[in-house]
This record gives sequence, C-alpha cells and structure tokens, in this order.
Amino acid sequence: MTLLPNLIFAILFFTGIAVFAKNVKKIIRNIRLGISENRSDQSPLRLKQMLRVALGQSKMVSRPIAGALHIVVYIGFIIINIELLEIIVDGFLGTHRVFAPFLGTFYNVLIASFEILALLVIVAVFFFWTRRNIIKIKRFFNPEMKGWPKTDANLILYIEVVLMSLFLTMNASDFWLQTKEVSNYSLAGSFPVSQFITPLFDGLSVVSVIAIERTTWWLHILGILFFLNYLYYSKHLHIILAFPNTYFANLQSKGQLSNLDAVTAEVKLMMDPSVDPYANSPEDQEIVKFGACDVVDLSWIQLLNAYTCTECGRCTSECPANQTGKVLSPRKIMMDTRDRLEEVGKNIDTNKGSFVPDGKQLLNDYITQEELWACTSCNACVEACPIGIDPLSIIIDMRRYLVMEQSSAPSELNNMMSNIENNGAPWPFSPMDRLNWKNEL
Amino acid sequence: MSQSISIPTLAEMIQEGKKPEVLFWVGCAGSFDDRAKKITKAFVKLLHQASVSFAVLGTEESCTGDPAKRSGNEFLFQMQAMANIEVLNGYEVQKIVTTCPHCFNTLKNEYPSLGGNYEVVHHTQFLKGLLEEGRLKVEGGQFKGKRITFHDPCYLGRANNEYEAPRSLLYKLEAEIVEMKNCKQRGLCCGAGGAQMFKEPEKGNKDINIERTEQALDKKPNIIATGCPFCNTMMTDGIKNKEKEASVQVMDVAELIAQAKDI
Repeated sequence: MTLLPNLIFAILFFTGIAVFAKNVKKIIRNIRLGISENRSDQSPLRLKQMLRVALGQSKMVSRPIAGALHIVVYIGFIIINIELLEIIVDGFLGTHRVFAPFLGTFYNVLIASFEILALLVIVAVFFFWTRRNIIKIKRFFNPEMKGWPKTDANLILYIEVVLMSLFLTMNASDFWLQTKEVSNYSLAGSFPVSQFITPLFDGLSVVSVIAIERTTWWLHILGILFFLNYLYYSKHLHIILAFPNTYFANLQSKGQLSNLDAVTAEVKLMMDPSVDPYANSPEDQEIVKFGACDVVDLSWIQLLNAYTCTECGRCTSECPANQTGKVLSPRKIMMDTRDRLEEVGKNIDTNKGSFVPDGKQLLNDYITQEELWACTSCNACVEACPIGIDPLSIIIDMRRYLVMEQSSAPSELNNMMSNIENNGAPWPFSPMDRLNWKNEL
Repeated sequence: MSQSISIPTLAEMIQEGKKPEVLFWVGCAGSFDDRAKKITKAFVKLLHQASVSFAVLGTEESCTGDPAKRSGNEFLFQMQAMANIEVLNGYEVQKIVTTCPHCFNTLKNEYPSLGGNYEVVHHTQFLKGLLEEGRLKVEGGQFKGKRITFHDPCYLGRANNEYEAPRSLLYKLEAEIVEMKNCKQRGLCCGAGGAQMFKEPEKGNKDINIERTEQALDKKPNIIATGCPFCNTMMTDGIKNKEKEASVQVMDVAELIAQAKDI
C-alpha cells in the first residue's frame, strides 16, 4: 500500500486549514482596530443569550418559512459535519469508514440520519434559491444587493447542493460496492436516500464504481475545504461569527444609547464653577474625536457586527424609512462598514502593518448623510436581526460626528437644539410657561 | 369636573414638609403642545381620582435631552441631563412617572450612569398599578362595541419591552381590541423618533406616519390608541391626511381611561 494518498490528503488538509487560519487572524486583527468596549460582564447571561439566539435559532422563526428552511440547513450542516470527522480520520490513516466497527448499529443510524438531512438540505436550498431567483422576495433586491452580494448568495446555495450531492453519490457508490462484496467495502451504514441512486451504477465495472466512489470522496472533502476558505470572501462568515456576536451582543434595553465618557468629562468641567479652565493645557491631553467618521472610530463590537452580517435584509425590510422609499437601509450600513474595514485592512497589509491615509472614510464615501438623517431610531432593525447586530448604534455614532465635529445637522435640527439650549424645550416656548396647562384644568 | 385639582410643584410640597408619592415628569410636549396638554390633563385627573400624592417640577423641569442625543448632540444631551439630575437629586426624587416614552426611556436608561438613579415608570404602567391596587376603577360600557387598535410607541415597546401595560388598560374598557399587521415587537414607527419630529422627512415615496395610519385604518378602528404625545401627533396628522377625522379618533390610553370614567 502506498502512502501517497495519505500524504496528499494531509498536505491539502493542512493547507486548507492554514489559509483559513490566516484569514481568521486578519479578521481578528481588523476587528481589533475598533475602539475597546467592555463586554466581559454577565457571562452567564451572555452564554444563555448565545445558546438561545445562535445555537437555538430563536429569532429565526419570527419569519416562519425562512426560519424553518434555515433550521433545516443549519441542523444539516452541524450534524453532517460529524461525518466530516470520519472522513478526516480516513484521509489521514488511509482507512475506510473507520468508525463503523466501533459504533455498530449506531453507525447505521448516524449515516441514515446524515442522508436524510442531506436530502432535506437540498430541498431547503432549492426553496431558498426559488425565493431569491423566481419569487424574487423584495428584501433580496435592494440596491446594495446588486453584483457580488447577489452572486455570493447564489454561489453559497450551489456549493451546498454540490456538497450534498457529492456526499450522497459517494454513499451510493459505496453501497453498490458493499453489495458486490468488493474487498475494502465491508457492509457499513444504512442508506435510505442514496440507495435510490445505487441502481444507476448497475452495468458499470467494479473499477469504474470504485473510481466514482474515490472521486466523490475526494471532491467532497476538497469541496468542504474550499467552502471553509470561501467564507472569508463571502457574507457566509455568520456560521462562525454568529456565536461570538450573540455572546457579546448588547444586554441593556434597546432604547439605551451609550453616554460618551469624553463628553461627560467636558460637561462636568463646564458645569463646575470651581474648575480653572486653563489648569490643563490642551497639549497634555489627547484630542478625542466625538463620534465616528471611519471604521476605526467604531467599537470592536460594531466591527464584529459588520463581519457577522449575512445580508439577509430582515433589518431593511422592517425599517420604516426604507419601507417608505428613503435611501436608508440598515443592511447597507453593515455592508459598508465591513467593506470599508476590509479596505482599511488591505491598506494595512500592503503598507507593512500601518495604515496609510487613502483619502477615504466610511462617512460620505460609503454612507451618506441622507441615509443617516433618515433614521427614526425606532430599533426595528435591531429587533429584526436574528443574530444580534445593531446598525442603529453606528448611525448614532456617525450622527455624533456630524453634529459635534462638523456642526452639520439639518438646519431644522439646529433650530431644535438651540431651542433646547435657550428654553429647555425643543420648541421656542418660554420655560416660564411650562406649567400654564394647570390653569386650563 | 367641578372639583378643582391642585397641581403642586415639588418645591411647594417640600416647603410644606411633604413628600409626594411620585413625581409627574410632564415633558415638553405635555407642557406646551396643545394636543399633548390634553393627555397631561387627563392623566392628572386620574392621579387625583386615585388620590395619588404627586407633584410636578413646573418651571424647574427642562428637556431630558432625548432629541438632542438622538440627533448626535451628546454635549447638549449631557448638559440637559446633568442639570436635570441636579434638580432631581436636590429634591431626593425616588419615583418618576411620565406620559412621554422618550422622557421615560432617557430618564430610566440614560440618566443612571450620569448620577441620576430613579424608579421611572411610564404612565400606562403606573395606571395599571393603580388598577391592580384597586385605587382606580374603570367601569366599562362607554366604549362597548367600539373598535380600538393600539399603536406601540417604539420607546415604550421595542426600546423597553413594555407591550402589555397599555393593552391591559385597554382591555378594561370592554372594547374590541384589534391588532395591526405590525404590532408589539414588530410595531411600525410613527415616524417621529430619532428627532425626526423636528425636521422634514428625507426624500422618499411616502411619509412614515401615512404608512402607519394606513396599517391602522386597515383594521377599521373607531379609535387609534397610543401612549406617546409624538405618536399621537403623527397619527393625528395621518388621519387628517386620510380625511378620517370624523370617524376615527386618535387618543392616549390615559384619555380613554379618563373618558370611560367620565372625568
């Protein structure tokens, strides 16, 4: 027996893993470009949230059809990956169905359930594809979905069908060889789905079917390694990042916006008459930017959110501004943040580890002011996200930059704010008239 | 109502050596906006009826800073917040009730880290409490046979997960409560939040309040109930736009309860 296949397998396997690891490192590096924010508190609650929302898919089912289909693919993905373990061991050791002798009849149950799930995944993917390409559900056709995002979504579906078909064909040919009592193919597994493919091999020679079995085995594992590496270039990272993202997601009331500490310090200084305003010379202090105009002004949570987004568009379809024809799309906010972050990351890579200004930023070059000012801060997008992404916080941070760094709020809002400053109300009424309603009782 | 209701300020009460059970935070809309003032008045009538000892800040009250914060003006927000906190802490305020979900959210969630820690409740939660304690009673009848649909204010609902308090009050009216296509967690915004109330909407093909009003009218209600002065304005404008003023009323939950009691 030659060891060549084992060696080739080991090389391909480790290359696949290494390339993926390199990209994961890049993602982590990019996320760390964000401002620090402490989300290490309340770990039991966070764990519960992750188990419920990511593992338990609790928010997927608010849309029953998409939710049910997604759960099928999700369970299929997780369970069929158990089979991957055996494939990897077989690949390294040059064995065939190495788990079968240890698991006995339970092995049959496992293989049978993988097969049924594989079939269900193909069916679900067919419906997913139909929703995107035949029924043309509206949320898949917003302007930000043109080009790569649309292709990407379909590619993922095609890859899934190919992988499942390879898996089933592999089993079918294996089963055929088992029944022909070919050496090395001892009876193992139960094949409730692929047994219907098996008759197609009748009439072929044993050598041909062995070739089919080997080819599909190799293509299946290569396909999986390819898919793993495709993730980084795709919206599909959510299959991994949904877990940290839901773990670190906000636990406070959705209505609570952060209070900027840098502002608190300044306001306290302003309101304290005993403070000498010249005591601290400005040179001693780091200049703090208020709000965000680029990805590095956002927190690492917001950047993690951006990589996690799978562009499903539930946020955008629930957004009142988007529903009424405004340019704001919360999904686009997340996609823009991710795309700009990738651009910044590539800039750092090509410039040997440091960012060289490229004359671009998230604000205006990606996200327009019109988008930002269309938001009603209603939290519909945050509520809609099945994996805890918060587009609203990015919108507010960018508004903060516009108002506090650039004084470029719409003029009506400037009026409202000067009213608050002058009269303590958003309208030009005298504060002395606040209790006038009392006389109308 | 013939019996006069006294509206003491917290300053007056404390001067008399008394401490109210709750501070009623009226809010800017409730103080100045003609429509919202009716909600304020209905609510104080209910407080009076239930013999709740309450006070207002009067001229010492100032905007919570919510619209400034949501416009991005964190400076102005924190200046407002710290000034208000100074007043509230000066009077050792413990419990606040407000008829405005925006004030409610800001006081409840955004003041604590700036030093303002109070028990803050929305008026629908407070009224629900009064009913449960038996301090307030609502005899149905007046609204029997009427169809009422409730518009969830974003800052009460999604922002603070309170969907049941206003509904539990509406059920007391023995009216027919119908839910809109988008309700509770999926309630559609009226279009006023995030400081949109104070500006023209961005370019689009429809105004948000019209979209929401259409969702409400789909249910053929006699009354659109809500719990926010800004939602009230937006929905009232929507109804006017649809020329339905004659058949559909927009009312606050507090107004409905007060009217049911004929006060």
